Amino acid sequence: MAVNVVEDWLNACSGCEISILNIGDPLLGLLSEINFVHITALVDHKFFGQTGDGTVMEIPEAVVGIVSGGIRNDEQKHELEEIRKKTKFLISLGSCACYGGVPAQANMWKNEEVFEKVFRQCPSSTPAPDPDDPNVPKWTPTCAAVDEFVNVDIRIPGCPPHPDWIADAVTGLLQGQTSWSLPERSVCDTCPVIRLQKSGGGPVKRWLENMDFNPEEGLEKMRCINEQGYLCMGPVTLAGCAGKTGVPRCIQARTPCRGCFGPIRKGAQPMVEMMGALSSVGLDPKSILDRRALMNRYTGGHGNLRVLPARPIK
Amino acid sequence: MSTVINIQPVTRIEGHAKVAITLDDAGNVADTKFHVQTLRGFEKFCEGRPVEEMPRTVCHICGICPWAHHLASSKAADGCFGVTPPPTAVKLRRLMQSIAYVSDKILHFYFLAAPDFVIGPDADYSVRNVVGIAQAAPDIAKQVVHMRHLGAQMLERFAGRAIHPTFSVPGGVSKPLTEGERQKLLPPAGELLEFAQFTMKFAKENVFPKYMDAIKSIGVIDTGYLGTVREDGALDFYDGKLRMMKQDGSYDDFAYDQYLDYIGEWVEPWSYQKFPFAKQWGQLNMSLENPVGVYRTNCLARINVADKMATPLAQAELEEFRAAFGRPAHYTMLSHYARLIELLQTAETMVELLNDPEITGTDIRVPVAPKAGRGVGCVEAPRGTLIHDYECDADGLITKVNMIVGTTHNNAAINLSVNQAAKEVIKAGKYDQGILNRIEMAVRSYDP
Repeated sequence: MAVNVVEDWLNACSGCEISILNIGDPLLGLLSEINFVHITALVDHKFFGQTGDGTVMEIPEAVVGIVSGGIRNDEQKHELEEIRKKTKFLISLGSCACYGGVPAQANMWKNEEVFEKVFRQCPSSTPAPDPDDPNVPKWTPTCAAVDEFVNVDIRIPGCPPHPDWIADAVTGLLQGQTSWSLPERSVCDTCPVIRLQKSGGGPVKRWLENMDFNPEEGLEKMRCINEQGYLCMGPVTLAGCAGKTGVPRCIQARTPCRGCFGPIRKGAQPMVEMMGALSSVGLDPKSILDRRALMNRYTGGHGNLRVLPARPIK
Repeated sequence: MSTVINIQPVTRIEGHAKVAITLDDAGNVADTKFHVQTLRGFEKFCEGRPVEEMPRTVCHICGICPWAHHLASSKAADGCFGVTPPPTAVKLRRLMQSIAYVSDKILHFYFLAAPDFVIGPDADYSVRNVVGIAQAAPDIAKQVVHMRHLGAQMLERFAGRAIHPTFSVPGGVSKPLTEGERQKLLPPAGELLEFAQFTMKFAKENVFPKYMDAIKSIGVIDTGYLGTVREDGALDFYDGKLRMMKQDGSYDDFAYDQYLDYIGEWVEPWSYQKFPFAKQWGQLNMSLENPVGVYRTNCLARINVADKMATPLAQAELEEFRAAFGRPAHYTMLSHYARLIELLQTAETMVELLNDPEITGTDIRVPVAPKAGRGVGCVEAPRGTLIHDYECDADGLITKVNMIVGTTHNNAAINLSVNQAAKEVIKAGKYDQGILNRIEMAVRSYDP
C-alpha cells in the first residue's frame, strides 16, 4: 500500500525537486511506494479545488510532508502550517528549508530596501509602487528556515541535498524509521587532499586564480585549499554533499567548499570556527572581504544574517 | 454576480504561480491574470559580494537551469574584470551547458509536458502525471529516468556538481578535461544523442499529429521574439548577438550591452514578476486585441529568430518544421516541437565538442585582478535569454546588479496566452477540470 506524501516548494529554486528526480534508476521503484497527494512540480492537485472554486487552502492528509525552500511570504507560512497540521512527519528538504538558504542573504537589508531596488532602481524598469494586489502575498519580516515556524521531524540539508540521502531518509521513513540525520562529520573528514596543518601565511587569497593541482592526479595528491591560502568552508561544513560514495563535490571540481550543507551540529558557530580554522594554519581571517555573507552563504535564517547599521560597501 | 476561478498552484511548471479567471454574469471570460507570487531579491542581496563569487551564487536563481545562470554570470564577471577566457575554457563551458540542456529538455518533454499528451488533457489528475506515464509506458519511463541520470552523472563526474555548479570562474574554468575523462564522457554522450533522435521520431509519430487541433487553438497569440544567433545567423546557446524579431519576421540585431535600448520592464501591482517589453515598438499593451511590445523567448522564439540551426540533424528538422509552419511560427504549443529540435542541436553539439581536439587543452583560465568595471553576460537558458548586468568597484565588489531572465521575458505573453486559452475553452459558464487544464497547458508550453 503506497504511503501518502505531500511535497511542495516554498521560497525555493526547484533544485531539491530536481535532486529527487536525479535519484536515478531506483526512482521508479520509490515512486510506486509513495502516493503524491500534492506535489506542485509533478501532479495537478490544486489548493482551492480542482475547479478553482474553493475559498480555503486545502492540503490533503498525508503520512509524510516534504517541504523545500524557506519562508519568504505570508502565504508560504500559511501553507507550511497547513502541511504541518495535515502530516505526521515533516521533512525539511535542502538548505533553504533547513537554514534559510541563499535567498536569506536578503536578511542583510530591510525589506523596503529590497523592494526599492527591485521595483524602482533597476535601470530597465519603469519605476512603480510595490505590487500590493491580494494575489501577491506580503513578505514576512525575514527569509526564515522552516523550523522557525513549525516543528520539523527530519532535516535533509544540502544545496541541493544529494539524491542518496533523499532516497535513504524517505525509504527509512517508509520502513518505520522516524528519525534520520547525517553523521556529525566535517567536509574535511571526507576530503582526500593533503593536509600539513600550515599554509604560506598572510592574508587569505581571493579566488581569482585556480588551485594548484595536476589534473592527471587525484585529489589525494592536491594540497588542501585552505592551506593553499584560500577560503574553503570544509572545516565547518557538514559532510555529505557527495552522497554515499565519492569525494566532496566542489573539491571534485577543484573549487573551494562554499558551505552548502550548513553547520556540522546544532548550535555550532561556523563563522567563529571558520576564522579559527584559518588562523590555525597561519592565515589572517580578518583579511577576507565580505566574510559575513561568505561564511553564512546558506545559513542566513535563524537570525544569522541581520541588518547592520553600517555596511562594508564602499 | 461574477465568479472567480483560482487555478492554484499552476502545476508541472518550475515556479510559483496562479491563474485567476473572472467570469461575467453570462459565464464568459471577463478577465484573466497570471500571478507570479514569489520574489527573492537577488538584485539587491548580490550587492557587496565579490565578483568572483557571483557565478556560484546566482546559479541558485533556478535549480532547473543553474548552468545557464552560472555561465551568464561568469560572462558578466569576465566583463567586470575585462578578460576573455581562453578558447578551451569557452569550449568546456559550452560542453557543460550542452549536457545540462539535454537533461533539461528530456525532463520537460517527458515529465512535465507529456502527461497532457500521452495520458490526455481530460484524464483525472491523479493519473495525469509522471507516475501515470510510468504505468502507461513503463519502458519509456525507465529509459527517461536512465537518460536523465546519465546526464547528471556526466556533469558530476567531471565538474563535481550537476545542480548549482562551481566549475566556471571569471576568466575561464576551474579544471581542464583530461583525455581519460573525455573517454569516459564519450559513450554516455553518444547514448544521449541517440535518445534525442528517438524522442524526435517518437513525438512526430505519436504525439504532435494527435494534438494538431489543440496546437492550432490553445494559447495562440502573435508576438515578437528574442534569441541569440551567431554572426552567420545560426542558433547559439552560449554566445553571439541578440536578435529581436517583430511579428512579421523583420528584426534588429544588437550587442548584449545595448539591451537597455531595446528592452524595458513594466511593473503591475498584481505580480511580483516584471513585464519586459520591446521598447522600440511602443509602450507595453497586453490586450489580446491590440498587443504592443510583447515578445517571447524560449525554444519557439529561438527557432524563429535563427536563420538556421548550427548542427546537421537539427537543421534537417528545422527545414521540415518551417515547411509546415513557416517563419515566424506563432502557435504557442509548437514550443514542444521547437524544444525537441533544440534537444537535437544540444546533443549534437555535446558530441561535437567532445571530439574537438582543443577540448582537452590545458590553457583554461586567464588571471583576473580586481578593478572597477561593468559586464553584461548573456546566454540562452532553456527558458529564454538570460541578461546579467553587473557593476563593481575598485575592490571587485558588486555595486549594481540588473537581471532579466528566462521566463520573465515571457510574462506578458503568458498572460496573453492564458487570456486567449480561457476565452477559447470557457463558454457560458461551462468548465471542468479538463477545460481548466487546457488553460494550464498554454502556460506549460512556455515551460515557466
